[in-house]
Amino acid sequence: MAKFSLNINGKTQEVDVDPNTPMLWVLRDHLKLVGTKYGCGISQCGSCTIHLSGIAVRACMLTVSAVGNQEVTTIEGLSENGDHPVQKAWLEVDVPQCGYCQAGQIMTAAALLEKNPNPSDSEIEMAMNGNICRCGTYVRIKKAVKMAANSES
Amino acid sequence: MQPLKGNQDFMNTIKTKIGRRAFIKNTSLAGGGLVLGFSWLNSCKPKEAGKMAAKGMPKEWFEINGYLKIGENGLVTIMSPNPEGGQNVKTSMPMIVADELDIDWNDVIIEQAPLNTDLYSRQFIGGSNAIRFGWNGLRMAGASARQMLREAAAQTWQVPVEEITTVAGVLHHQGSGKSSGYGEMASAAAQIPVPDEVELKEIKDFKIIGTSRKNVDGFKIATGQTLFGSDIYKEGMLTAMIVHPPAFGMKLKSIDDSGVRSMPGIKDVFTIKVLDDDFERQHFDTCTFLEVVAIVGNTTWEVMNAKKAITAEWEPFESYTEQKRFYGGSAAQTLNIPAGLESTTNHKAKMSEMAFNQGQTVRKDGNPEAAFKNAARVIERTYTAPFLAHNCMEPMNFFADVRNGKAALAGPLQKAELTEQALSARLGMPVEQIDIQLTRLGGGYGRRSYAHWAIEAALISQKMNAPVKLIYTREDDMTGGIYRPMYQVIYKAALDEKNKLTAIHINAGGIPESPLYANRFPAGAVDNYLAESWTINTNITIGSFRAPRSNFMASAEQSFLDELSEAVGKDPIDFRLELLEKAGQNPVGENNEYDAERYAGVLKLVKEKSNWGSNENGLSRGVSAYFCHNSYAAQVLDMKWENDKPIIEKVTCAIDCGIVINPDAATNLCEGGIVDGIGNAWYGELPFKDGLPEKSNFDRYQMIRMSEAPREIDVHFVQNDIDPTGLGEPTFPPIFAALANALYKATGKRYYHQPFNSREPV
Repeated sequence: MAKFSLNINGKTQEVDVDPNTPMLWVLRDHLKLVGTKYGCGISQCGSCTIHLSGIAVRACMLTVSAVGNQEVTTIEGLSENGDHPVQKAWLEVDVPQCGYCQAGQIMTAAALLEKNPNPSDSEIEMAMNGNICRCGTYVRIKKAVKMAANSES
Repeated sequence: MQPLKGNQDFMNTIKTKIGRRAFIKNTSLAGGGLVLGFSWLNSCKPKEAGKMAAKGMPKEWFEINGYLKIGENGLVTIMSPNPEGGQNVKTSMPMIVADELDIDWNDVIIEQAPLNTDLYSRQFIGGSNAIRFGWNGLRMAGASARQMLREAAAQTWQVPVEEITTVAGVLHHQGSGKSSGYGEMASAAAQIPVPDEVELKEIKDFKIIGTSRKNVDGFKIATGQTLFGSDIYKEGMLTAMIVHPPAFGMKLKSIDDSGVRSMPGIKDVFTIKVLDDDFERQHFDTCTFLEVVAIVGNTTWEVMNAKKAITAEWEPFESYTEQKRFYGGSAAQTLNIPAGLESTTNHKAKMSEMAFNQGQTVRKDGNPEAAFKNAARVIERTYTAPFLAHNCMEPMNFFADVRNGKAALAGPLQKAELTEQALSARLGMPVEQIDIQLTRLGGGYGRRSYAHWAIEAALISQKMNAPVKLIYTREDDMTGGIYRPMYQVIYKAALDEKNKLTAIHINAGGIPESPLYANRFPAGAVDNYLAESWTINTNITIGSFRAPRSNFMASAEQSFLDELSEAVGKDPIDFRLELLEKAGQNPVGENNEYDAERYAGVLKLVKEKSNWGSNENGLSRGVSAYFCHNSYAAQVLDMKWENDKPIIEKVTCAIDCGIVINPDAATNLCEGGIVDGIGNAWYGELPFKDGLPEKSNFDRYQMIRMSEAPREIDVHFVQNDIDPTGLGEPTFPPIFAALANALYKATGKRYYHQPFNSREPV
């Protein structure tokens, strides 16, 4: 066990955990930030996507000891009132079905638009291909990403 | 599109007998808001309600019936009885109540009802039946509450009840000029006896039904709030995981947990017997591994590490029998579970052998033997499909707190009522002591009907005498059984010298279930018809998978009809329409399941909406149509072939599911069925070697991803006044064949074997 001081959603959070603990379980089990989901544990499905210094990463394979003092943003901290342009677009398009993968989808989309405010269809696909949705909401996800891009630019 | 058949039997006045217990107020329990089973898990907090509804939270609630309560300020809480797993019933079921109640949708907050068999019937996800079977009861719940409010107003104002009208949550009496909000009259309405009969709205008067309303959980989903079973954290809760045998046909021999017990955070390691040996199983009590190892500890990561460190020995089991009572069956059947470590190559060889055997005749019309003997031409094609894993994005999980002879349980369940019965039997605890809260399902598709993991969680909690959350790893989930069965069907058609279809012979079977629906199209459209069925035993467990059996039969049948239409030189839609015309006007046989006119209706609609017959942009088009779960779907898929893969430009879908409650959400569900179907048709496959599933996570089990989804999906609903039917499943089966038929146009090759990506030699 080791103590870590983490910068999560703009707040300093102290945890005492095994240094190899993936951030996914630090967030869920220790900090009760349950918006970040477990889907595969091997960075294949994207359900656990968070931002590390603004970059979309999979929390299931990111050990807590690798985070250091980098800024971590989870779905709970993406915006204060759920009004990030991507979240607003998600509500407007009414994207989700079961909803389980959607936090990861939103986090990937938000990181994409941060880097590339006006992505082409193939750039959207390339960024979003790491996030699986078995319900099959991809057509709406793409529509919402485009809507968010237009609202930002 | 003009309306097809209206519902001739529709009556505007309806006896409130369906779900009647929900309408009888239990006066002996008057008082607190939990009388009618409102949820302890998801009860609406004032802050959230403020975001959800235009009005603030009321000071007092008045329960009108089991579906709704009204606050003194006019805010209405509507219970959504069925679990939500992406079908959007948590929005659409309350919409039906709200419309009959005649309330502004902005004044409604929605709660997920817990399992309550006294108040609600059929709190299931399955068979695309939530709206179909909920329709009358939900309408009555709203209409009877409205009636009680009108009665209360009539008594208060001393005017005849017939003269009282309502508009969006306000009662009016024109003669006296009096008016009152529902909230002001709620206290009095709660004292009014539940009416024996209520008047339902005319369909033309619906204000909420038929209008698009946003997902009521949309904000919570987009902001990462607690919704799912795996999100539950309770004070003192422990985390549990299981280790199950690595292969089908194996059982636990021994475990060595010596190094594990002292690992950080680990509380206990023990084995549990999931079902008793003499337990008479009901339909959904399928359990792959009867004995598993449970590991319990403080946190998920600690338990995961211990799980990896456990050494277990496994051994092959001997064949055994199970007693099982299938859905709708009266007597329990004895099932033989064979010993052995099975492989896909053996499965395929066994299925091939069945091609030479006659199956059990399920339906026969005319004289198929003579028709084939006299045929000018016979076309025979074999179709196969592999086992599929459900791969719900939320792995199986369940929360259980079993202490002091009581069980407080929560999690994602498709058939909570049946799970409760199995739990009661296994725990030896009366159902009255078992409380089940329904959480949002991170996908179901049939998998969460088989809740052996709920029993596992309860047994672990009971042993630990503590609240426990059981979670499966993705690998546990994917290798734990309950798969879509393996199937094979041989279609044979006889054509006379004029290219007229004279006979169809279907020989269908599977491991271990036959996919045959003998009374579906093209039965009824062909003079000479023979349908046979067979099964092969296995120890690999199977279960319902989105549109069970239909998901294979549609693929084979609609591919075969495509090939037949080509053989006789007809347009594939016209060919189907001709068969349907015959089935409508002069049907063969008596038990045909489908309505030929509605079936033809969706084909005509998709023909029109897809501009069928044009061949713009050089795209390859495939058509398919199917009837299942009481709804009709037809699809046209437009694609091009690039780099050995299909690029799907567009899918046009026509569907007839009767009255559509929430059009945009319904469209979403249709889009999902199409994308999911394309993914499973192209990639879906779980092969076995010596009992071992050869894929255990998404690195090898390929799922459709965004770049492979259609670039556009255009959904059209047939407009009619028929009572609503299912939508979660009907768009899934036909798309397999729409893809296969388009692939043929693009590549010149027919695709007979799923997954199409693997393209086995024909």
